[in-house]
Amino acid sequence: MLPKALALVSIGRHPQSNRERRAEQDGRAVEMGLHLQERQLMTLSVVHAGNADSPVLRQYAGMGLSRLSVIAQQANEDVLSPLIDHVKTQGVSLLLMGVRSEMGQSSGMLPYLLAEKLGWPLLPRVADIQSIDHGVAHVLLALPRGQRRLVRVALPFVATMDKSAKAPRQTAYGPGQRAEIEVINTTSIEDDVAAQWQFTPAKPRPKRMKVVKAKTAADRFKAATAKPVGGGGKVLKNETVEEKAQAIFDFLLEEKVIR
Amino acid sequence: MILDWLLPTLIGVLLVLAGIGAVRRANLWRAGQAEKVDVIAGLLAMPKRYLHDLHHVVERDKYMSRTHVATGGGFVLAMVLVILVHLFDIQSRILAWMLLAALGMMFCGALFVFKRRLNPPSRLSKGPWMRLPKSLLTFAITFFVLTLPAAGILPESLSLSHIGLTLVSVILALLVMLSLGEMLFGMTWGGPMKHAFAGALHLAFHRRPERFGGGRSTGLKPAKLGGNSHGVAKPEDFKWNQLLGFDACVQCGRCEAMCPAFAAGQPLNPKKLIQDMVLGLAGGTDEKYAGSPYPNVAVGKASGSPQEIITEGLVSTDTLWSCTTCRACVEECPMMIEHVDAIVDMRRFLTLEKGDTPNKGAEVLENIIATDNPNGYAPGSRTHWAADQNLSVMKDVKKAEVLFWVSDGAFDMRSQRILRAFVTLLKAANVEVAILGDEERDCGDVARRLGDDATFQSLAKRNLATLAQYEFSTLVTTDPHAFHCLKNEYADFDQDGALHGVDVLHHTTLLNHLIEQGVLQVDRFKGGKVTYHDPCYLGRYNGEYESPRALLSSLGIDIAEMERSGYRSRCCGGGGGAPITDIPGERRIADMRMEDVVATGAELVAVGCQQCTAMLEGVVEPRPQVRDIAEIMAEHLVEHLVEGAA
Repeated sequence: MLPKALALVSIGRHPQSNRERRAEQDGRAVEMGLHLQERQLMTLSVVHAGNADSPVLRQYAGMGLSRLSVIAQQANEDVLSPLIDHVKTQGVSLLLMGVRSEMGQSSGMLPYLLAEKLGWPLLPRVADIQSIDHGVAHVLLALPRGQRRLVRVALPFVATMDKSAKAPRQTAYGPGQRAEIEVINTTSIEDDVAAQWQFTPAKPRPKRMKVVKAKTAADRFKAATAKPVGGGGKVLKNETVEEKAQAIFDFLLEEKVIR
Repeated sequence: MILDWLLPTLIGVLLVLAGIGAVRRANLWRAGQAEKVDVIAGLLAMPKRYLHDLHHVVERDKYMSRTHVATGGGFVLAMVLVILVHLFDIQSRILAWMLLAALGMMFCGALFVFKRRLNPPSRLSKGPWMRLPKSLLTFAITFFVLTLPAAGILPESLSLSHIGLTLVSVILALLVMLSLGEMLFGMTWGGPMKHAFAGALHLAFHRRPERFGGGRSTGLKPAKLGGNSHGVAKPEDFKWNQLLGFDACVQCGRCEAMCPAFAAGQPLNPKKLIQDMVLGLAGGTDEKYAGSPYPNVAVGKASGSPQEIITEGLVSTDTLWSCTTCRACVEECPMMIEHVDAIVDMRRFLTLEKGDTPNKGAEVLENIIATDNPNGYAPGSRTHWAADQNLSVMKDVKKAEVLFWVSDGAFDMRSQRILRAFVTLLKAANVEVAILGDEERDCGDVARRLGDDATFQSLAKRNLATLAQYEFSTLVTTDPHAFHCLKNEYADFDQDGALHGVDVLHHTTLLNHLIEQGVLQVDRFKGGKVTYHDPCYLGRYNGEYESPRALLSSLGIDIAEMERSGYRSRCCGGGGGAPITDIPGERRIADMRMEDVVATGAELVAVGCQQCTAMLEGVVEPRPQVRDIAEIMAEHLVEHLVEGAA
């Protein structure tokens, strides 16, 4: 039996037309899942929490899914616990999803909350899952400026997709229309906190004026590619574990992450 | 004499075998999908379609048309008379003499067929086709000799020895078997003469009967959406009369000679494609194919059958995506085969079922779905080009004499120059014009040619719903692709009659009306030599060759025509989504077209299509300038001061 992967998909929004579409990052999550399935490393199922009638679901299904599950949810409901129930009942050992949704709160918190509640590690901004062998995955994380970090993680874990992950394949109309959409009804939990919030349209942030300081092409290239040189960092290698932990704790205090 | 009984027997047996072959062949076509045709009317119309419409196309090659009339006409007449004289043994001098005359005519024709096959052009298929003139000659000579006694020229019993007579008889019988075998048996069992049998029926049961009698039928047929598959995956998914059409191919290669993709070294040859479809319907491999291959693709490896997926072993997907849908092959085909329909049918399967549109195809389709334009621009910016044009928008005025369909050129800065020039001209002529503004959407042309008929149909329906809200008598566009969709393809979805009674015009047609009415006046053009490039979707698709030329001559331009102009115009390479799928070749189609322009010595090439403008301007300088006719006219507009304005 292959381990199970579950891709979470949301309804995206096109930045120019504001029209519903297949979300870019969630499309990548499905693509990665399909690729794992094609390499016979995992089996993939796809779930959406929300409205089962959205035509966008057919766009996801058109990537080659024969079925897609929808946890029926209203816009004002909290998807977290129904999703966790679904993950548990399905016996999933890998969760794939985008970093943030293109609509709604778009806070990017869902993967973190899921990981926390499930007690699984979270791998943010994954570029590729290279292999899965005896329950251990070799995962390539995307870092800024095209850098990559290869990590080894034991299943289960949560992974969010970087935009450098393989772009989602073309969606085909026919299979998308024929795919079976299975609706899962759950008890609805209203999101009381969000109900209190007031929503106002976002103001465009003022753009920093672009001042080109570089005189030559070489300078421009350097400015575009060089790592930021942080002066305040400290490399601890030979110190004891306690000393290292103390250094991190001091730093977090200094940055007011913890008080 | 042996021949007395042998000859009728031979003829009879071969006729029966031909009959069996015909039934078998018809069963191969019947593997295709059902399509309603009017059988009786078709069969009755067939002779006229052959003599008039088909001959009209063949007539473009005078040598071949005369040769074919003599050979084909002679053979048909001779065959009927052979049956009467030699099978039913009707003793009539008149019939015998008529038979001799028919055979004589056929012999003369066959000599010219023979002559052409001595040094055949590369577009002609070789192989079994090389033996055909010999079979024709043999048939004519043998039956001529055999008919001599019946005509009373030779005595019934020759004064030869018994052995001599037997020898002559055996030789004659052998020749009868060879030649009549080719003509009758080969006709229904897949020999070169198959074209006569399948071709005649293809004319009778053609999928676009509107094409006959001078008509035009160029709009693609709508795909049926829903169900277990879309488009054509296997040969049996074609309509039965499409399969019949493929079988009618004579492998004359006129399509190949005209195909821009073939000339550019892209892996497409319309003739080979049709032959591959024949393989698909009959089963087998292309080892015996004796014509030009797809450029840079070896022959002999393709195989297929009615139940096998075409793109898995019979035809590569690159072949299907190389087509610019310019329709040059269809226009040129003497058998009136519909290559473009077949290609788009197969593309529909690739896009709608496999999700396999190459290169930028997927991105463009996704953009069209999400933003109603192929480049993913904000739909709300569609009217930005007209910010300074003071144009009425339909939403406000509800009613206008002329509705200007702006098309996606609205987003492209080069095309916007054409749009502005056209608006200038309309205003100079005081035409009451309005645009749809942001309510307009992509017409669906690209989506449809890329095989995404679902998106095309959705766009067509939404555009028609918008159009239905407003009142206008004329719909005009500067984009021949949009023009074609609106004029020929939207009717299939126009349930509310949004375009009923509306004149859908290309801008050159409307401008020509305005010039003819004298409401628009232009100065004489003072530049150098000018040539005109016929856009495929204006010319071959819609038959508009005259208006653009009339406009240019109203400017005092004496057009230096290119060798390939009018219905033979060579594509710019911009149609059918070809720039999006971008299948590599040895040369670019646009470069070849610009070479045609350069060959006329023109300094300026006038076009009537923004896509052609983009393609031709994409050719590296130095080259002749490229201008839309509207731009040339706007530059030479004679503006009258409005009365009362001081």
